[in-house]
Amino acid sequence: MHLIPQVLFILIFGITVYVASKKYMSIRRNILLGRDEDLSDNPALRWKNMVLFALGQKKMFRNFIPAFFHLFIYVSFVIVNIEVLEIAIDGIFGTHRFFAPYLGGFYTFLISFIEMLSALALIATFIFIIRRNIIKVKRFTQPELKGWPFKDANFILLMELILVTAILMMNATDYQLQLRDAEHYANTGKLCVAQYTSNLFSSVGTENLILLERFFWWTHIIGILFFLNYIPYSKHLHIFLAFPNTYYSRNEKKGIMQNMPVVMNEVKTILDPSAQVNAIIDPPKSFGAKDVTDLTWKHLLDAYSCTECGRCTDACPANITGKKLSPRKIMMDTRDRLEEVGNNITKHGKDFSDNKSLLGDYITHEEIRACTSCNACVEECPVNINPLSIILELRRYAIMEQSDAPAAWNTMFNNMENNQSPWQFNPMDRANWIEEIK
Amino acid sequence: MSELNKVSTAAELFANGESPEILFWVGCAGSFDDRAKKITGAFVKILNSLEIKFAVLGTEESCTGDPARRAGNEFLFQMLAQNNIAVLKGYGIKKIVTTCPHCFNIIKNEYPALGGSYEVIHHTSFLQQLIDEGKLKVEGGNFKGKRITYHDSCYLGRANDIYEAPRKVLETLDAELAEMKSCKSRGLCCGAGGAQMFKEAEPGFMEVNVKRTEEALEVNPNIIASACPFCMTMMTDGVKAKNKEDEVKVYDIAELIAMGNNLI
Repeated sequence: MHLIPQVLFILIFGITVYVASKKYMSIRRNILLGRDEDLSDNPALRWKNMVLFALGQKKMFRNFIPAFFHLFIYVSFVIVNIEVLEIAIDGIFGTHRFFAPYLGGFYTFLISFIEMLSALALIATFIFIIRRNIIKVKRFTQPELKGWPFKDANFILLMELILVTAILMMNATDYQLQLRDAEHYANTGKLCVAQYTSNLFSSVGTENLILLERFFWWTHIIGILFFLNYIPYSKHLHIFLAFPNTYYSRNEKKGIMQNMPVVMNEVKTILDPSAQVNAIIDPPKSFGAKDVTDLTWKHLLDAYSCTECGRCTDACPANITGKKLSPRKIMMDTRDRLEEVGNNITKHGKDFSDNKSLLGDYITHEEIRACTSCNACVEECPVNINPLSIILELRRYAIMEQSDAPAAWNTMFNNMENNQSPWQFNPMDRANWIEEIK
Repeated sequence: MSELNKVSTAAELFANGESPEILFWVGCAGSFDDRAKKITGAFVKILNSLEIKFAVLGTEESCTGDPARRAGNEFLFQMLAQNNIAVLKGYGIKKIVTTCPHCFNIIKNEYPALGGSYEVIHHTSFLQQLIDEGKLKVEGGNFKGKRITYHDSCYLGRANDIYEAPRKVLETLDAELAEMKSCKSRGLCCGAGGAQMFKEAEPGFMEVNVKRTEEALEVNPNIIASACPFCMTMMTDGVKAKNKEDEVKVYDIAELIAMGNNLI
């Protein structure tokens, strides 16, 4: 009879982890649909970036208030995994607070620490709900967040409330049971929050209290397993992908634009037909990017890592002066389109085409043309996402494959080709300034 | 004063069997734009006043290809860039100074992949080095009591992490320096980059340069200092749009140094 909860636990745990892992593997497959890009150099610097930006939240602290509260949720998420591990062991083996007898006083400290962080995370979650729904911070109310993204954000905050409340109440009821020397409830020592919150349950009968304790225990673990399955469909994926994404950040100067070796070699042979060029470079199927599969895997990892915080859009000169461009929307569109392409592959095989593309069906020419390439979006992103790089690849497609340029740019191109300057000046007058300054 | 304005081309030096210590890459704006030509002139005077042996390419210089590449026209960029690299190779150029952050960024960061590697330095860093070495001093107190705010160029700042050199140079002027609310890595773009300079902006409720000028005017400056000929155009137009051109002047850092030393 007492085996039923254990069997049930193992079944729920096994099924949810299996279903989640399938979804995570499909995200991995989608990311690898991108073109190759070698970002394996300098591992020491890459580890350092990961420690500074993902683990250390360095860029978050450019903006102190949200960073401060985000830190509580982040640290409590990391630390609470120790308790989740214990819950998993208890669930499988039918034990209760498996670590308690082994760790003794350290266990009391650990659980107290988790409780304290959970309480702080609870406060932070409330503040974030207020910032989104009552204060309506500008970056949370922009057009690209209407509909699902707005609901997604609030749902995540609600889930956090439920999970944190469950763990605090689980400890409170557990502590009350310990006070009554209930059988099976190991002594945890005096817990920093539960010693007070346990009083909430002082008038509840022991039998009911055990039911309540079990209820919170199951709510917490089922909530976590549900969340694990929800995350890959939501913006919350950053909690995992921030780490690889910062590890694989581009380390060169932000001003640099990726070279196109195929074009370089073609131009080399035009300028000097005898030039020895490396002909083994595979020509791309198009110049620049029309769809997500023309982008590199790092662009696609960027898209899945985006948590839609909008620091990029808040800093974008085009966006803050009312243009349609929003770097956050570029990332959200890239992810949405990639999910669509991935789902098509799952359903119809890898050669299926739905005749849609990132440029045109998701992102318009008007958006990408408004970019000043100022790198403000790149600078702001706490997890080193680079929306500019995607914008520039889309521009390459618009110009080189679609010849879709504003008239003024065509004039500029003509001038540059004929006069070696973006303006219509006679190239022979280029040195006239030498006389003029005398 | 004629010595102060002396400019040799690499071809002239080459004909005399000489080669320059440093090539001054003037850029299209510095060569053709009336306002930017004054920056070019000011920088030439500083170089000559310090007896630095430099040359320009003159009519052999072409656009670096930056606006073409940023707009998406890689072919045009490659044509221009490879021609420039061939010219620079012909004169054995190893060190380049330029007054344009866009030329600076692309020659320094993007020409190496095409086979053109040089020591490239922006004029603000170059001036700072000269000041650090004690070669360049600003004598007169021409800016005493003036309030200067520096507008960061994106292609110097975020693109290349150059925030301090322009500020260090300005500190020598003995003026009051004021920072805008968004400065350094948070500096707002002037609106010209990414080939925006060469077309109308997309529809919006205001122009980027006006927004940036408003931020500059908030600190009540007498002078807005820039370090880029395109920022110069945008900020000058912004000041005009705000009808402040009589009270607030926009100058390049090279011009301010030249003015400080009564060179212009």
